[in-house]
Amino acid sequence: MATETNTIEQFADQEYKYGFITDIEADSTPAGLNEDIIRFISAKKQEPEWLLEWRLKSYRHWQKMEEPRWPNVKYPPIDYQAIVYYSAPKKKIELKDISEVDPELLRTYDKLGIPLREQEWLAGVAVDAVFDSVSVATTFKEKLRELGIVFCSFSEAVREYPDLVRKYLGSVVPANDNYFAALNSAVFSDGSFCFIPKGVRCPMELSTYFRINAADTGQFERTLIVAEEGSQVSYLEGCTAPMRDKNQLHAAVVELVALDNARIKYSTVQNWYPGDKEGRGGIYNFVTKRGKCAGVNSKISWTQVETGSAITWKYPSVLLIGDNSVGEFYSVAVVNNYQQADTGTKMTHIGKNTKSTIVSKGISAGHGQNSYRGLVEMKKNATNSRNYSQCDSLLLGDKCGAHTFPYIEVKNTSSKAEHEATTSKIGEDQIFYCKQRGLSTEDAVNMIVNGFCREVFHELPMEFAVEAQKLLGVSLEGSVG
Amino acid sequence: MSLLEVKNLHASVNGKEILHGINLQVNIGEVHAIMGPNGSGKSTLAGVLAGREAYIVTEGQVLYQGKNLLEMDPEERAREGVFLAFQYPVEIPGVNNSYFLKAALNAIRKHKGLEELDAIDFLSLLKQKTKLVDMNESFLNRPVNEGFSGGEKKRNEIFHMAVLEPTLAILDETDSGLDIDALKTVSEGVNKLRSKENATIIVTHYQRLLNYIVPDFVHVLVDGIIVKSGGKDLAIKLEELGYDWVREETVHAV
Ligand SMILES: Nc1ncnc2c1ncn2[C@@H]1O[C@H](COP(=O)(O)OP(=O)(O)OP(=O)(O)O)[C@@H](O)[C@H]1O
Ligand SMILES: [Mg+2]
Repeated sequence: MATETNTIEQFADQEYKYGFITDIEADSTPAGLNEDIIRFISAKKQEPEWLLEWRLKSYRHWQKMEEPRWPNVKYPPIDYQAIVYYSAPKKKIELKDISEVDPELLRTYDKLGIPLREQEWLAGVAVDAVFDSVSVATTFKEKLRELGIVFCSFSEAVREYPDLVRKYLGSVVPANDNYFAALNSAVFSDGSFCFIPKGVRCPMELSTYFRINAADTGQFERTLIVAEEGSQVSYLEGCTAPMRDKNQLHAAVVELVALDNARIKYSTVQNWYPGDKEGRGGIYNFVTKRGKCAGVNSKISWTQVETGSAITWKYPSVLLIGDNSVGEFYSVAVVNNYQQADTGTKMTHIGKNTKSTIVSKGISAGHGQNSYRGLVEMKKNATNSRNYSQCDSLLLGDKCGAHTFPYIEVKNTSSKAEHEATTSKIGEDQIFYCKQRGLSTEDAVNMIVNGFCREVFHELPMEFAVEAQKLLGVSLEGSVG
Repeated sequence: MSLLEVKNLHASVNGKEILHGINLQVNIGEVHAIMGPNGSGKSTLAGVLAGREAYIVTEGQVLYQGKNLLEMDPEERAREGVFLAFQYPVEIPGVNNSYFLKAALNAIRKHKGLEELDAIDFLSLLKQKTKLVDMNESFLNRPVNEGFSGGEKKRNEIFHMAVLEPTLAILDETDSGLDIDALKTVSEGVNKLRSKENATIIVTHYQRLLNYIVPDFVHVLVDGIIVKSGGKDLAIKLEELGYDWVREETVHAV
């Protein structure tokens, strides 16, 4: 009807708010990938021999692999030889203090709405900001170090804690796990490393802001979080990227390891450039995120709010190995214009009495295509295990699509998996009701959509939830006439 | 002064004309009741006044406070003081009732050039209004109408009205679904909200409601036309004789 037609058109009219480019001179490799490039990256980072070997091995695997075609997304072939695999801001970056950070960079963060200073002094959030492959600002490190917590850039971890990195790198996502993980393992530039020692509860939310900047630079972040016995950590990751014409590949790998009784909560707000309203440009977000509940009673919880990227291919998963371990996945995925998302999770129950919960909320607008893909697998020895999955889709307009691909494999008789799915259209009645109470159409849509996502937002840390709601608001701005 | 003036209003849905020339004048401070058989167009009239998009006005005029109401967006009408208590209130899953009302009230206040209410002032306002309609405070933190019983939804509509304090309230069959006690408390609430500064249009099938909320005028709507208007006694007569009586009278009168 009239309102919905308007929804579609107005959605298409909405501009990407965070589109701008910072011109910090980058020093980078020429485009293309070969073993020399990998050696260059490794040398530049002064890496030990074993890591270079690991990269090269990954690269050789990757060469033999094929790009996956099964996701429900369409895009032109990627020319991997046209991508620049390494770039770093030129300025030297061993900074003690935020005042030493390039003011231009700080202005950039301001525009992004990331109040670095406020976070440092007011909110008590330790920020490890990754700007173009190299970390430029790390705060609160000292305080964390007193507790034995390590929170630093991946490069620094390789230098300072090589044994830990060597022990856990690739232990959850093997280098040959999939095409994009193999590529990442070969060329990863930087990322974050986090280690919580036995019995320590991390007293603050750890957060990292990622950002893609220099032209044609693929981003290959590598994140590794290890929570030792009885420890707890909550980690936040959020990002936005500047306007671009050309597609940019992003293939990150995130590995989480939880030992006995440990808990890891990993929250993401993703708002990369989604492309323009004709579907030109935008980020290809092909990410491998996986957690391993290695110990008994351990718990890993993924929460994601995905509003950006032209294409999202992402399945934060949990391997439930320890008995009584718990895996959770809470997701909001928004597609608009010509965005495509194929996202979901994989819960692999291996230990006894393991539990998993999946709550997925997909919102499609414009010509967006949103697919939920989930696999719940209960192995033979995973007796008395439980899964509950709920997948809800909300459609705004009639040119968009929602698809669900839930796979359930239960290989023992004492375990149970429950799956519920709904698809609904945003109701004209609902919008009219809100408007009759004085709300603008925009606020009405925003409110209805936020209500739809409420269960997921509840899982986010407070400040992040506010940010996520704002982000949804930005995505929905001017959505209905 | 005339608050609402409906002149020769014709409206259709999906190409079918439902209202065939409604004339109605409501002055400030008055309560009007509109009665009529099922399908006669009562909700259609209410919907047209509130600005529901599916209803197309093909002829006629509606003036509200001297302004062309039909030109305004639904939200503008609401902010100008037009309130519709829905015959079928809509559920908004996941959206907290008080959060919803705060956004609504502040949108209206902003429109009027008033300062937005902060959380504390708003909460005390809410508490005071829950008492007016005798609504349990637990409904404040539940999602708007979600899982409410039929009667609870109707009570919530009047609660919204109490909070938003409209100038022109249109109550579309608010009595249906309310039990006898609820009907009484809700009516008392409506009566308390009644003042010289506002007006109310009550759509109902039953004279019973009009014992509690005594109208100044009663109109009978049949097949998209107001066929008879009168004082509160008209409702009593209708209850006795049924709509056929008015139909016949109209036929005779022609
Ligand atoms: N969207 C629509 N499409 C087709 N016909 C409609 C639509 N909306 C209303 N109508 C018709 O318009 C006529 C008037 O409906 P309306 O809801 O205004 O009646 P009402 O007087 O409120 O009845 P009730 O007492 O049952 O609430 C009915 O015949 C109804 O079927
Ligand atoms: Mg009706």
